[in-house]
Amino acid sequence: MSKRLLVLISVLLALAILFTGCSSPSTDEGDKNSNGTPGGQTTGKKILRTNNSSEPGSLDPALAQGTHESWILENVFEGLMTFDENGNLVEGMAESYEVSDDGLTYTFKLRDGIKWTNGDPVTAHDFEYSWKRALAPETAANYASILYYIKGAEDYNTGKASADDVAVKALDDKTLEVTLEAPTAYFLELTAFYTYFPVNKNVAESNPDWAKDPSTYVSNGPFKLVEWKHNDQVILEKNPDYYNADKIKLDGIDLDILEDQNTAWQKYQGGEYDLLVDVPTSVVNELKTKNDPQLQIGLQVGTYYYNVNPKVKPFNNAKVRKGLALALDRETIVEKITMGGQIPATGVVPPGMKDENGNDFRESVGDLIKYDPAEAKKLFEEGLAEEGMTVEDFNKQGFVLLYNTSESHKKIAQAAQEMWRTTLGIEIGLENVEFQVKLNREQSGDYQISRAGWIGDFMDPMTFLDLWWSDSAFNDVKYNNPEYDALIRQAKSTNDQNVRMKAMKEAEKMLMKDMPVIPVYFYTQPYTVKPNVTGIIKVPVRYPIITYADITG
Amino acid sequence: MAKYILKRFALGIVTIWAVITITFILMHSVPGNPFATESRKIPPNIMENLMKKYGLDKPKSEQYIMYLKNIAKFDFGESMKSDSETVNQIIARGFPVSARLGLQSILIALIFGPALGAIAALYQNKIPDYVAMIISIIGVSVPSFVLGSFLIQFVATKVEWIPIGGWGEFRHTLLPSFALAVMPLARFSRLMRSSMLEILGQDYIKTAKSKGISKFAVIMKHAVRNAILPIISILGTTVSDLVVGSFVIEKIFGIPGLGQFFTTSVFNRDYTLIMGVTVFYALVLISAMLLVDIAYMLIDPRIRLTKEGH
Repeated sequence: MSKRLLVLISVLLALAILFTGCSSPSTDEGDKNSNGTPGGQTTGKKILRTNNSSEPGSLDPALAQGTHESWILENVFEGLMTFDENGNLVEGMAESYEVSDDGLTYTFKLRDGIKWTNGDPVTAHDFEYSWKRALAPETAANYASILYYIKGAEDYNTGKASADDVAVKALDDKTLEVTLEAPTAYFLELTAFYTYFPVNKNVAESNPDWAKDPSTYVSNGPFKLVEWKHNDQVILEKNPDYYNADKIKLDGIDLDILEDQNTAWQKYQGGEYDLLVDVPTSVVNELKTKNDPQLQIGLQVGTYYYNVNPKVKPFNNAKVRKGLALALDRETIVEKITMGGQIPATGVVPPGMKDENGNDFRESVGDLIKYDPAEAKKLFEEGLAEEGMTVEDFNKQGFVLLYNTSESHKKIAQAAQEMWRTTLGIEIGLENVEFQVKLNREQSGDYQISRAGWIGDFMDPMTFLDLWWSDSAFNDVKYNNPEYDALIRQAKSTNDQNVRMKAMKEAEKMLMKDMPVIPVYFYTQPYTVKPNVTGIIKVPVRYPIITYADITG
Repeated sequence: MAKYILKRFALGIVTIWAVITITFILMHSVPGNPFATESRKIPPNIMENLMKKYGLDKPKSEQYIMYLKNIAKFDFGESMKSDSETVNQIIARGFPVSARLGLQSILIALIFGPALGAIAALYQNKIPDYVAMIISIIGVSVPSFVLGSFLIQFVATKVEWIPIGGWGEFRHTLLPSFALAVMPLARFSRLMRSSMLEILGQDYIKTAKSKGISKFAVIMKHAVRNAILPIISILGTTVSDLVVGSFVIEKIFGIPGLGQFFTTSVFNRDYTLIMGVTVFYALVLISAMLLVDIAYMLIDPRIRLTKEGH
C-alpha cells in the first residue's frame, strides 16, 4: 500500500481517537445507570428505565407543548392539584380550596412545608408569577390558551391588557385567589396541567435560562432533574424534600430519548426498559393475540376523524356527509388496519369521561353513528339529488381525501376509499402531503375531505365539543350552528353538572346529526410493563403515570 | 501553492453566500412555520406572539440581512424548536458524535474496501473475485435502515456486550460504524477493482515485471499506488457525507448526532437550524474538497508538475 495512503489513514485514525477522547468523559456516569445494571436493583436503587421517545423542546412548564415534555414535567413539578396513586384528582401544592357560590372565585390555601429543590419555600406568589409569566406575550407560550379561563388572561396574552388585569392574586404567602371568566367545572383539574405548574419566582427572574441546565433547574415535584443529555437521556432522582416523599417508591427515573420505536422495543425486550409507551403497532397486535399480560391498553381521550369541507358542493349537504359517515365500517378499520386496540367511534366524545350521574358520558349519550350501508346509500343519494347531482356527476369532480404522510393514515384512507366505493359507488382519490402543507390547505379551505385528530386536554366532554362552536380557532370545517353555539354557551355558563351535561349531550347529538366531521375511531394508548413493575396508573387524559411506580424482586 | 489555496478560499466564501441565499429563499417558500405541530393547532393570536418572539414578523429582506450579519459572526441564532439550545450548541454537541462515527466508518471502508477490490482484480473471474463482488453488490444495494435493523435484531440482541442502541462507550459505536461503512466500502472496492484491472494491463506494469521485480513489489509499488487515485478523488465528498452524520443510522441506533437535524429541521421548519446545518455542511464539504485536492497534489507528482508548470 502506498505510504501516503498509510499517512492518510493514520491521520483519520488520530482524528477518530481525538473525537473519542472528546466525547467519553461526559457519558461515563450515565452509562452505569442505563446499561450496567439490568433490573435496576443490583445497586440497591430502584430506577425505572423507559423511553421518552423525543427530545423535549423545553423543560420550562410555560414553554412545554407535548407529551415528550409533559411526561418529564409531571414528575418534577406539581401543581395546585395533582393525580394520586389511584388516579384521582387530589390536592397537590394546595392543602385546601374554596369555591365561591357563583363558581367564579377559587381560593387556594397552600400546604405547610412545601419546598423548591433549592430549599426556598413554595409560595402563592410563585403561582401568581408563573401564570402571568406564561401569559406574557413576550414569553410566547404555545399553550397559553389553556390559561384563558382566568379573567383577563386572554386580553393580557393578546396584548390588550396588562399583567395587573389578570385575576390571579397572592393574598399572602399561603393564599392564592383566582377569578375566572366564567364558571369552569373542570378548573381544578386544569391546575394539575403543566402550563399551570409553578416556577420559582426568584430563580426565573434572576436567571432567564434556568430551565436549560439541570444545575440551575429548580422544581417542586416528587423528582428532580439531575441530568439532561440532549437527544440521549434525561435522568431524574427522587426529591427527598417532597412533602409526600413517603409515597414515592422509586429512587429515580431514567428516560432515554430514542426515536426509533423498533429499537426501543428491542431494548424493552432485552430487559433494558421496565416500561415502554410508544410500542410499534405490529408488536401491539402480536401481544394482543397472545394475550400477553405485559400489554396494557390504556384509555386516551382522543378522536380520529375526517373533516368535510362544507364550502364544496355537495358536501354542504348534511345527508351527503351522513351517508359518507354511515358507510364506514369502523369495526374493520380498528380490527384489521389500526390494530392497536382502538375503539370504533360512535360520536366525537371518546369514552372515559363521566357525566352528572357518574356514568360514562359516551355510554349515556349512546351510539350516534353506526355502520349501516343501506341507510348510507339512501341518505347519500337523497342528498346528492337535493344538490341536483348524480353519482356520475360526483365521480367526475375528482374529489380527494387529503391526509398527512404516514403509513397508518394511508392504510385507513385506502380502507375508507374502498368502503365508499363499494357502498356508495363513488370514487374518491387519495392525496398525501406533509402535515404543514395539510394545515395550510385546511386553513385556506383548499380540500374536500381531510384527516384530523384531536387529543383532549382535560376530562370533560367540553375539551371536544368546544372545537366546533363557531368562534373556535380550531373549527377547521367552520361549522356554524347558532343552536349548537347556544348549547355550548349554556354548558359554559354554570358549574351545575346537571345543566352542563344535559346541554353537552344534546350538543353532541346535534353535531352528529349535522356531521360536519366524520369520526373514525377513538385513540387508545397501548403500553407494556414488565411483570415486576407495579403502580403504573393510566388516567385517560395523561400518559401512563410513573410517579408512584415500584419495582419488586 | 499559497496563491492557489487563497483563490480556493475566496471561492469558498462565495459558495457559502450562494448556499445561504438559495436556502433562505427555498425554506421560506415552503408552506408552514416552525411552530405548527401535528397534534395541536395554535390559535392565531398565540402564533403572532411566537412570530414576534423569533423575529419572523419582520419583512423577509430584513430577516435575510440580519441573518447574513449574524452568520458573519458565526452566530447561527436560536433554534425555533428547541428552547434549551442554540443552533451553535446543537452543532457543537452533535458534530463530534457524528464525526467520530463517520471517521470510524471511513477507516473501516478504507482498510477493507481497496483491499477487497485489489484482491478481486488480481483474481479476476475467479472465486475471490466473485465473493468480493457479491459482498460489494450487497453493500451498495442494501439500504442502511434495513442493515441497521438487521444488525440490531441479529447481533445486538444476541451478543451480550453489544448494546442495542444508545451512545457512550466504544462498544456503542461498533454496529453503527459498521452499518455506515458498508456503503463506502462497497463503492471503494468496485472503484479499486476496475482501476486495478485497467492498470494491470498497462505497459509500465509489463516493464516492471520484465525487469524482474517480484510480483508483490509490482503490485504494491506500481499497481496499487496508481489505482488508489480515483478513491482519493471521491474521498472528499464521502468523508464530508459521513462526518456530518446519517439520519437513518442515528435514528435507528438512538445516537445523539448531527445527522438527524438535516431531516428534522426541514420537517419542523426550524429555519435557523435548517440554515445552520446547511451552512455547516457546506463548510465541511468545501474544506474536505480542498484538503483532498492538496492531498492529490502530494500523492500524484504529475498533477503537481502540471500545476507548477503553469
